[in-house]
Amino acid sequence: MIEWSTHFALALLGTCRDILPIAAIIIGFQLLVIRKPLANPKKTLIGFFYVLLGIAFFLEGLEMALFPLGKLMAVQLTTPEFLGLNSDQQAPSWQAYTWVYVFAASIGFATTLAEPSLLAVALKAEEISGGTIHAWGLRIAVSIGVAFGIALGAFRIVTGAELYYFIIAGYVVVLIQTLFAPKMIIGLAYDSGGVTTSTVTVPLVTALGLGLAEAVPGRNPLLDGFGLIAFASLFPIIAVLSYAQIAQWLGNRSRSSKP
Amino acid sequence: MLKNRFIKQLFSSFLDLAPILAVVLIFQVLIIGKPVPDVSGLIIGTLFVILGLTLFIQGLEQSLFPLGEAMAYSFARKGSLFWLLTFAFCLGFGTTVAEPALIAIAEEAASIASKGGIIEQTGAARDSYALGLRITVALSVGFAILIGVLRIIRGWPLYYLIIGGYSGVMIITPFAPAEIIGIAYDSGGVTTSTITVPLVTALGVGLATAIKGRNPMIDGFGLIAFASLTPMVFVMAYGMLI
Repeated sequence: MIEWSTHFALALLGTCRDILPIAAIIIGFQLLVIRKPLANPKKTLIGFFYVLLGIAFFLEGLEMALFPLGKLMAVQLTTPEFLGLNSDQQAPSWQAYTWVYVFAASIGFATTLAEPSLLAVALKAEEISGGTIHAWGLRIAVSIGVAFGIALGAFRIVTGAELYYFIIAGYVVVLIQTLFAPKMIIGLAYDSGGVTTSTVTVPLVTALGLGLAEAVPGRNPLLDGFGLIAFASLFPIIAVLSYAQIAQWLGNRSRSSKP
Repeated sequence: MLKNRFIKQLFSSFLDLAPILAVVLIFQVLIIGKPVPDVSGLIIGTLFVILGLTLFIQGLEQSLFPLGEAMAYSFARKGSLFWLLTFAFCLGFGTTVAEPALIAIAEEAASIASKGGIIEQTGAARDSYALGLRITVALSVGFAILIGVLRIIRGWPLYYLIIGGYSGVMIITPFAPAEIIGIAYDSGGVTTSTITVPLVTALGVGLATAIKGRNPMIDGFGLIAFASLTPMVFVMAYGMLI
């Protein structure tokens, strides 16, 4: 129990250190430039403390429960025995890794739903749009994007294709969609690409990428293990833009079908 | 009333987390066909995550969102562009330079660079490479937030910036060393942390609300997008220069 408490205290201390620069900047500007007291200092301070405590609990729980298991599974799914490979066999075709793609997609979907940063942006978007954009709808669209992105990223590691062909193709799709998408969704869609990959997704996805690059013959973990996160931040943009376009199209159709 | 809301939020946090549990359990038991190790750790850890998420959201609504918006309003009323842009830069730089995910990726990059013979194979050379990389990324995020805030004030369309940024990435990629490309692309995604995102979002939306003629939905978002784009360009440039 004592050992555990010290561990938790260390985690809390680590979180404090991470937010120290932010707190210093805010307090510095508040005191020196804005020179006006906060409207509700006590409430703000308590809320800040909640955020600190929340992040510490969140990370601690992830370390205890999900990270070890997720990393173990990434390793188990990419072992030669599980994939049914023999060492004397030729390099297997990309179809041998079906379960890896399924796992990549499912874990990408599930971790994105639990990502706190995405939750924050989705809440804000629902508030600003006056409920036109549903927090849940947005989060599911983003999660589908991440799921697809990570599965495709795993496929890229298996086949060893060049990372930047995929990225450039993705950018071109985003640019074309931007031209046709409703104006009000564009900023939000771009933002949702950046927020999907943080506390929960990055450690699990990195473990999967490095494990896969080690297991697949002819891949170098240093060169091929990276890039999954880039996929996970590109495809949500496409997914959210599509979500908006489909919603708009359905809206137009139901409007025009009315007498 | 408050207690009720807290319990409701706990339950919704549980729903947020349930898919991860389902995926992990289904794969472990049905597909890999091995028992779950350390069941008690899994249960306690899950309860921690649920509690943590609930507290985080509580604090978000009570502190980070109002704080970001209050600062945006104060700056808008003060009318000093210089201080607003300084604040934007400091916020981007300060929150990124200490970001744990970035520190991890910078060390990874340094070890790759030393194995690839780009820098000397000594601890000191690796440390200075990693530190240089971190400062590069932090500068690029500071710069991105500064430009993004300027965009909200001036009312430039977001896609000009994004298209410009993407073109930068595409042009510089063929010239960057192959070892750095994967890391550069990934570094874009990891720079925005759990505390930065709500603050920066509230700042952008608050500014777009406070300034006449701006729509919070169209102009308020996009700061984070730009902050995850510039690091890619800057990191590749760093890889080319060193």
